[in-house]
Amino acid sequence: MTTLVATEDEVMLRDAAHGYLDGAAPVRNLRENREAGRGFDPKVWAEMVEMGWAGVLVPEDQGGSDMGFAAANILAEEMGRTLVSSPFLSTAVIAATALRKAGRDASRIASGEAIYALAVDEGPKFDPDGCALRAEAAGNGFKLSGAKTFVAEGMSADRVLVLARAHAGLTLFDLDARAAGLSREKMDLVDSRDHADLTFDDVEATGEDVVGEVGDGMGALAPALRAGQAAVSAELLGLSAGAFGMTTDYLKERKQFGVVIGTFQALQHRAAHLFSEIEVTTSAVMNAGRMLDEAPDEAELAVSLAKARASETAGLAVREGVQMHGGIGMTDEYDMGFYMKRARVAAEWLGDYGYHAARVARARGMVA
Amino acid sequence: MADGDKQALAEFRAEIADWIDRTAPPEIRDRDFSEDDICWGGKRFVFASDGQKAWMEACAERGLTAPMWPTEYGGAGLTRAQDKIFKEELDRLRVKKPLDSFGLWMLGPALLAFGTEDQKKHFLPQITRGEIRWCQGYSEPGAGSDLASVQTWAEDKGDHWVVNGSKIWTSYADKADWIFALIRTDRDAPKHKGISFMLIDMESEGVSTKPIKLISGKSPFCETFFTNVKVPKDYDGLSSIVGEENRGWDVAKHLLTHEREMIGGGGSGLTGGRSVGTVLADEGQSDPVILSRAMKLEVDSIAMALTLDRYKDLAKQGGVGNASAMLKYYGTELNKDRFELLMSAGGSEALKWESDAHGTLAPEWLRTKANSIEGGTSEVMLEILSKRVLELPAR
Repeated sequence: MTTLVATEDEVMLRDAAHGYLDGAAPVRNLRENREAGRGFDPKVWAEMVEMGWAGVLVPEDQGGSDMGFAAANILAEEMGRTLVSSPFLSTAVIAATALRKAGRDASRIASGEAIYALAVDEGPKFDPDGCALRAEAAGNGFKLSGAKTFVAEGMSADRVLVLARAHAGLTLFDLDARAAGLSREKMDLVDSRDHADLTFDDVEATGEDVVGEVGDGMGALAPALRAGQAAVSAELLGLSAGAFGMTTDYLKERKQFGVVIGTFQALQHRAAHLFSEIEVTTSAVMNAGRMLDEAPDEAELAVSLAKARASETAGLAVREGVQMHGGIGMTDEYDMGFYMKRARVAAEWLGDYGYHAARVARARGMVA
Repeated sequence: MADGDKQALAEFRAEIADWIDRTAPPEIRDRDFSEDDICWGGKRFVFASDGQKAWMEACAERGLTAPMWPTEYGGAGLTRAQDKIFKEELDRLRVKKPLDSFGLWMLGPALLAFGTEDQKKHFLPQITRGEIRWCQGYSEPGAGSDLASVQTWAEDKGDHWVVNGSKIWTSYADKADWIFALIRTDRDAPKHKGISFMLIDMESEGVSTKPIKLISGKSPFCETFFTNVKVPKDYDGLSSIVGEENRGWDVAKHLLTHEREMIGGGGSGLTGGRSVGTVLADEGQSDPVILSRAMKLEVDSIAMALTLDRYKDLAKQGGVGNASAMLKYYGTELNKDRFELLMSAGGSEALKWESDAHGTLAPEWLRTKANSIEGGTSEVMLEILSKRVLELPAR
C-alpha cells in the first residue's frame, strides 16, 4: 500500500483548500448562515464546484475531476477545520459514489446542477438494515411510503437517494426531491445545518429510478456509505485540529493569576494527551482514504476504525476546548461552541462510536 | 505503488514464507510464546532448545536477525516493505523471532548513525550473529528521569580512561558481555556537553552487577558498579567511544528517540502477536463490560499500529523529532491497559504466578507497569510534547 504519508499532490491539494477556505469560509461564515436561516452558503458551494470539488469522485468523461477518496478526505478535513457547511459529503461523496457504483451518470453532480441528500435513517440511531420504508410494486413501478429522518441537505436537495424495502429486498431509489407525495420538514439540530425529516406518501417511482438492482440497494449504497463515513471522519479530524488549534492559541495568550495559563502543567499535559489522540486518529483517517482508493472491497474495517476514532477524538477535543477556554467557551459569541455542536452531530451521523467499534470487533472476530 | 513493485513483493513474500516454513524448527513455532522463548544471544546465553539455536543461526546466515541492516554489516538489506512482510509471515506461520537484543535495538542503530566504518564492521556482525550480548548503561541511582545528570566519571589517563561510578536499571547487565554507557568525560562542561557514549567490556576488572528484584518477582534490571575500571581508548585500533568525545548526549538522544518508538510499539509480542480481542473471543468471554473495553482497546491498538507505520514513513522523509514522544506515551499506556484487561478477563486463574491457561500473564502484567517509567516516564513524554511540539510556555 502507498504509505500513510501525504504525496506531493496531496500536499498541494491541502494547501489550496486551506488557502481558499480560510478566506472564503471561516467559522464566521457558519454564523452568518445561521443568522440567515440557511444550511450553507450557495456562493461558497458554487466556488467549490468551480474548483472541481463537487466532481472529486466523478469520472472525467462526466465532467468530474476524479481525484479519489483520499483527496475527497483531504477536502472534507479542511472543511472541518473551519466548520464549513456545504453539500459536499452528501452530494460529492455519497451520491457520486452510489451513482458511479451503479453505472449511472453523475455529471449533474460535477457541474453543481444537482444537490443530493441521502435518506437512510428512520429512528434515532443509524441502522440501514432495519429500513422499513416500503416500496410496493405498482404497475411497472413502485409506490414508496414511510418516513426518514436525519436527512442532511434534506431541505435544499434537488434529488434524494432513498433506501426502501421492496418485495425483493432493500432497494435504493434516486428521486426528485419535489416529487408528489414527498414532504419535507426542517429538522432543527444543534449544528445549525440543513437537516430534514422526510415523509413519503405513495411517492411514485419507476424502474428508471432504481439505483443498481431491485433488491440489491446495498450494492451501491454500501460503498457510498463507506465513502461518506470516511469523509465525515476526515471532517471530524479537521474539526478536532481546528478546535485544538484555537485552544492552544488561547493557552498561550490568556493570563490568570498574573501568568499565561499555558504554563500550568495540569493544562499542558491534557493538551499533550489530546495532541496524541489527534495524531493516532490522523493515521486511522489516512488509512481509510488509502484503503478506499486501493482495496475498496476490503475497506470496511479501515472505515469503521476511522469513524470510531474520529468521533471519539473530536468529542475530547471540543470538551477540552470549552473547558480550557473557561466561561468564554460557553458563550454563543465565541466560536468554540460551534465546534462542540457540529462534533456531536457528525459523530452521530452514519453511525456513532458504538456502531463502528462493534463493526471493527466483528471484522476482527471478537464477536459474532 | 507500481504493479512491478507489487509483483516483486508478492514473489518475496512467497519465497520468504517458503524458507521460514522449511527452516523453522518445531521448538520455536506453532504456539504462544512467553518471555522464556526470547533468544538473547551472547557468550553465556543458555539456549532454551537446540531448535532455538539452529533458528538463530539459520536466520543470521541470511542476515535475517537484523533484516534492514546493510548486508556488509551482517544484515539482510531488506526494504521496509520487505521487512514488514518478513514479520507478517513469521506471525502468520507462528514462528518466533530469531533474536532479540539490546545490540539489535539500540547499539546497532547508534553505530549505524554515529559509528566509524571500523566500529560498524567489527561490532555489528557480532550482534547479528548473536555472539555478543549488550546492555545499556544510562540511568544512575538518584537521577531518575533527569538522565543528563550523569555522575559516572572517566578520568583521562592518556591511553586509557579510569571509570568510577554506578548505573541503575541496566537491563540484564548480569548476563551481558559488553555495556554501552553514558560516562562523563568532562566535569567542567555544562551538563549535556561533557558526556561520552562509551563501550566497555563487562569482564573488565572492577565491573560488578547486582540484580534488582521487581514486583513481578523477576530481576530483569541490575545495578552496575564501576570501581577504577580501566577502559582503553582504543581496542586494537577501534575507538571505545561512539561519536565524538563529549558529544555522547547527541548519540543518547538519537537512541532515546529510537527506544521510544520501540517501546511504544511493543506489547503485542507477549500475546503471541494476537490481538486482545481475539484472545478474549477464543476464551469465549461474554461479560459485556469486558467486551466493550476490549472493543475500545482493539480500535485504539489498530490505530496505534497504523501510527507506528506512519511515523516510520515520516521518519524516513526527514524525521519526526520530538513528536515521537507521543508513540512512547500512547503505546505504553495502551499496553498497560491491554494487560489490565487480560487480567480482568482471566479472573482468579490469571492471578497465579504461573497458570496453565494463561502462562506467565501475572508477572507480565506486573512488568508492564515499568513501560511508562523506563525510557522516560509518561509525564516526561507529555512534557516534551507540550514544551517542544506544542510550544506551550515554561513557567
